[in-house]
Amino acid sequence: MRRGPTLRRRIAAGAAALAVLALLAACRGASDQSALEAAGPQAGRVERLWWFSFWTATAVYVLTVAALAWAAWRARRREREGGAQPLEDDRGMTRGVVAGVAATLAVLVVFFFYDLAVGSALSGPPTRAPLTIEVTGHQWWWEVTYADTSPHGRFTTANEIHVPVGQPVLLRLASRDVIHSIWVPNLAGKKDLTPGYTQTIWFQADTPGVYRGQCAEFCGHQHAKMGLLVIAEPPAQFAAWAKHSQQPAPEPGDSVTRRGQEVFLTGSCALCHAIEGTRAQSRAGPSLTGIGSRRTLGAGTLPNTRGNLAGWIVDPQRIKPGTHMPPNALAPADLDALLTYLESLK
Amino acid sequence: MTRQRPHAGITLALAAGALALTLAACQREERRFREAAPGATPSGSVRLSVLQPGERRPTARHVASGYDENSYALQEGQRLFNWYNCSGCHANGGGGMGPPLIDDEWIYGSAPENIYETIVEGRPNGMPSWGGKIPSYQIWQIAAYVRYLGGLTPAIANPSRSDHMMYQPGSTALPRPVPTEPKQSFRPPAGEMP
Repeated sequence: MRRGPTLRRRIAAGAAALAVLALLAACRGASDQSALEAAGPQAGRVERLWWFSFWTATAVYVLTVAALAWAAWRARRREREGGAQPLEDDRGMTRGVVAGVAATLAVLVVFFFYDLAVGSALSGPPTRAPLTIEVTGHQWWWEVTYADTSPHGRFTTANEIHVPVGQPVLLRLASRDVIHSIWVPNLAGKKDLTPGYTQTIWFQADTPGVYRGQCAEFCGHQHAKMGLLVIAEPPAQFAAWAKHSQQPAPEPGDSVTRRGQEVFLTGSCALCHAIEGTRAQSRAGPSLTGIGSRRTLGAGTLPNTRGNLAGWIVDPQRIKPGTHMPPNALAPADLDALLTYLESLK
Repeated sequence: MTRQRPHAGITLALAAGALALTLAACQREERRFREAAPGATPSGSVRLSVLQPGERRPTARHVASGYDENSYALQEGQRLFNWYNCSGCHANGGGGMGPPLIDDEWIYGSAPENIYETIVEGRPNGMPSWGGKIPSYQIWQIAAYVRYLGGLTPAIANPSRSDHMMYQPGSTALPRPVPTEPKQSFRPPAGEMP
């Protein structure tokens, strides 16, 4: 009678443990947005601290459960040997409690100082001369300006940060409206973008790749759809990209593209968006210079395809309700020309 | 138990009713994100002269003119007022190159339709024509905000204080004067000036 339930319980426990393991294994899904796959020294520090706390907590848990099991087993044995016995003298108990408290304190103190050390390393200045990028948070997109010593070298893009591999990157963070927070887990920790106050964070990418970031401070309706990409490339490739981005947008070559530019400049697009090399210079919405080569639309909301771009222009409120981009009822031929023009802005 | 407190049931029902009523009041406003895509901006709904040949035509009213009571719309109007650089001339309502908007003097009328038309058509001596450049619903939102600047919107819907320099009656942080009937400007319309 007794055997059955115990065996069944054991099988159930085994199955539960396997399920938990399977769940944990599934955690390694998105490697482009994971604090446990550090791609640089800053994120590496955070990751090491995380694993340290994970293994310490695991050890503490295992020891605690083992001590509990041992106490239960000892009580059972005593009961079997001679029934209820008078308690031992209190000294053993006192020693046990003191040792437990001391061990807990020791663990906490170690954590405290390790955490302080990591925090100070993260907030310290970059090790070498950094590349400075100004990142401004908007509801709900990121303005990215490459600050340069000469005004000619400055250029602005949106929602994508290109960085060279192996060089520290210093982000100067500001906000146009509410508090946002930048978080690219593979590269660094979080930092708030506060209106009226500039903060800085630095990181360095050691492995080339595309890393996804996300606003980490609730900032309104479309907080969830406020993503960004950090594209880490070899220095030569980055230099080529930066040089290309400093140029004004190419002049339209054929009649359809020219019509598209006309639609852009005479319609409502130019009231919020800028395209370098044209009279559209508004800073209310994301700069569209180079929109044709961006990977996503709407701050990481959609992949940048012709169809998605058309849907986004015509009815953005369906895709991202509350976004500040209004719907645009364009004539089909105008829309087609506009799409061709925007796609030509590589 | 029930015998000792015969009114417990009634009290409970009343409390539940009161709670339901309170919850119903939570609906302060509706945020309409998906306004109809702007087509041709309606024009001619406002007449600058009261004289008409023949019978008077009914005045066309835009569906969105309920924006006056909608806090979200006023807030959006506030954002767009700076976004489209209205403040470049009207300076947060105080006036600069353009006339002030926080007083009770209205050259082209204070009704939402008047303000809408003023924005769409533009006015002589500097007010640009925004028709076809801004979606219609945004113009209504700006019109509602302009009415807020003049103290013509209900206080319950007014947006929170902005960080810009502003004085009465724009800021809700300050005591508001009793709203007076907007008077027609004594100045001749800007277009008629010699």
